[in-house]
Amino acid sequence: MHPLLSDDPGRKMLLLGNEAIVRGAVEAGMAVAASYPGTPSSEIGNNLFQITQDRESGIYFEFSTNEKVAMEVTASASAAGLRTLTCMKHVGMNVASDVLMTLAYIGLRGGMVIVCADDPSMHSSQNEQDNRYYAKLSGLPLLEPTSPEEARDMTKAAFDLSEELGLPVILRTTTRTAHVRGPVPLGPIASERRRNGRFEKTPMRWVPVPAVARMRHKALLEQQEKATALADKSPFNRISGRGDIGIVASGVAACYVQDAMAELGCADSVRFLRLGFSYPVPEGLFTSFLQGLRKVLVVEELEPFQEEALRVVAHRNSMDVEILGKASGHFSRLYEFDPAHVRNTIASVLGMDVKAPDMPDLSGIPQLPMRPPTLCKGCPHRETYNEVKEALTAIGVVDETVYPTDIGCYTLGMLPPIGMADYLLCMGSSVGASSGFSIATDQKIVSFIGDSTFFHSGISSLCSAVHNQHDFCLVILDNSTTAMTGHQPNPGISLRPPGYEKPRIAIEDVVKGCGVTQLYKINPYKKAESVDTLRQALSQSGVTVVIAEAPCVLYYKRVGGNRS
Amino acid sequence: MKRQRILFTGVGGQGTLLASRLLGEAAMAEDMDVCVSEVHGMAQRGGVVESTVMLGGITGPIISDGEADVLVSFEPLETIRALPKCSTGSVIITNTVPIEPFTVKLGQADYPDVEQWIDFMRENYPVVKALDADSLAREAGTAKAVNVVLIGTLAALQVLPVSADRIRDTIERTVKKKFVEANLRAFELGFNAASNA
Repeated sequence: MHPLLSDDPGRKMLLLGNEAIVRGAVEAGMAVAASYPGTPSSEIGNNLFQITQDRESGIYFEFSTNEKVAMEVTASASAAGLRTLTCMKHVGMNVASDVLMTLAYIGLRGGMVIVCADDPSMHSSQNEQDNRYYAKLSGLPLLEPTSPEEARDMTKAAFDLSEELGLPVILRTTTRTAHVRGPVPLGPIASERRRNGRFEKTPMRWVPVPAVARMRHKALLEQQEKATALADKSPFNRISGRGDIGIVASGVAACYVQDAMAELGCADSVRFLRLGFSYPVPEGLFTSFLQGLRKVLVVEELEPFQEEALRVVAHRNSMDVEILGKASGHFSRLYEFDPAHVRNTIASVLGMDVKAPDMPDLSGIPQLPMRPPTLCKGCPHRETYNEVKEALTAIGVVDETVYPTDIGCYTLGMLPPIGMADYLLCMGSSVGASSGFSIATDQKIVSFIGDSTFFHSGISSLCSAVHNQHDFCLVILDNSTTAMTGHQPNPGISLRPPGYEKPRIAIEDVVKGCGVTQLYKINPYKKAESVDTLRQALSQSGVTVVIAEAPCVLYYKRVGGNRS
Repeated sequence: MKRQRILFTGVGGQGTLLASRLLGEAAMAEDMDVCVSEVHGMAQRGGVVESTVMLGGITGPIISDGEADVLVSFEPLETIRALPKCSTGSVIITNTVPIEPFTVKLGQADYPDVEQWIDFMRENYPVVKALDADSLAREAGTAKAVNVVLIGTLAALQVLPVSADRIRDTIERTVKKKFVEANLRAFELGFNAASNA
């Protein structure tokens, strides 16, 4: 049995934030989950996948082809009365946002939790957008855990909250709450896990044609008022300490504040509001918190989300309180926080001195060689890149070729000595961007996309490119897995995890179905043949697709032999 | 309990995360407050992988400059890179076997002189243990146990409130069965190496 299913209340496990979320969902009786992997959320899907390999678990999980699909799958299962969860990285929410915005109108019956994992400092992402704004944009309640134990507690509570309001609840983590391990005392597992739902037809509720949507928007605003009242009295929003200086923080920033106050010895003399149920704005709580305060320091990573909310509440109540944070220059809107900076800032607001650590003189350290991540030894993508370069050299266009790229391990092809990644926006952008370049320039366009990314969002852009008669070569790097995020399956895989029996959809068939007639296949480990084929492919005009098929070496080692 | 910050650093694939997790599991088994941070994703493809273990009630997972009480490094270049995290009171345990990054071959910068920098550490930090953990791991029967060798050295120094027996017990509980024996040997070799490293 999977350890996260163990029915052993009281026992402590050292869980990753992401594992604690899975445990919370198991304890809450979640029945259906779907996800597209994305760091820092990936271990949620991975663990759910492993859990559901055990048929006794009573849970359904799937890796959907993208975040939008995953949110649709879980939303409708919730409409049928089941408890559901979907999870994604912050940019995955952009893909799912079309669902999110209207799901907030039509709502649900079974509790639904949407986990989104932000990545301040962009450890493995292309931007550091602050997804708390999605809560504000959609009008949905937002919970932000600070530790694995709280992640479990909040996930569990989120299902109840979701059912109470008839709305999905967003649980927002960041890299430092998703990828932190801490002791979690296990709670009891739900005695009942409702697996068979029933959808009650109520078109005036579930089909948001304009007349229905107008009613549902109103219903959403009414629920938001209820949610505000719940946030005001939520046990996840706690005030401690006293005095005329206040601090407000949420997420991992609240941990840094707690640690700093312990080290500065000021926990009793500062009023600290630790926010966990952080949207809708708990206006009543903010009002009573601000009462009697001279200054408030808002400690939050990324955007001044709570800082601005506090300003509005202070203004509305004509309170004379100085609000410090991003606007005052105490904190940056860039990157994740450094705990010492948080401590020093608190000390300076309190007028305390902090002693800097005593360090040896390190000025003699020379410039050290960097160690960027790189394609693994034996990785087939490296072979493909070199072969494409050789073929382009033979044709005589290598110097003027533009390489739009996509999201996956192969984005590392940007680094020298490969240097074959020139333009990137988001998942699937290689195909659409190639179209634009081919309109705007006479340069040769060769773009790269992985198998999983192709299924995620390459297909509709490929149809568009064929129909609109663009001119580029798309190389699909098919390594038979979603490698970068930890080897999750996708519809095209020929190399399968043990016991995985879902039908395969061959990329070749999909590409043909998109109307591509110039289709080639190579095995990148057969160099001479590959270069030869690539020379032919790259000499064509119009949309040409080359499928470079060879399994990820790491994955092959792990599941080798289970080839269908 | 004393608040302590332990920084592990190494190269993707060296088992940094298992080391911090072992220490975290052992601390939890001692009923201590513990917080372990891990790096997942892109960095695991041969990049720098840092993890931390926080003891004594620290709740934030990041270590600021000059605030690591203990540095355990799996690779000497990464030890030098992590020195800004140390103070004049830090304990340093480092593997001496370099893994040359590809940027050296590209001529971006030279690989630093390991001997010279270990001398620098011995002059400037109170406890420095530098050892060839790769050889000891091979001697134990698995080249992959560099992480457990260094955990053994850490345990021998008795700077943390987690006992060596507790760590042995945690290795038995958490490592895959067929690797337990080799890992326990690696732990002992690292433990014994502490006295002459």
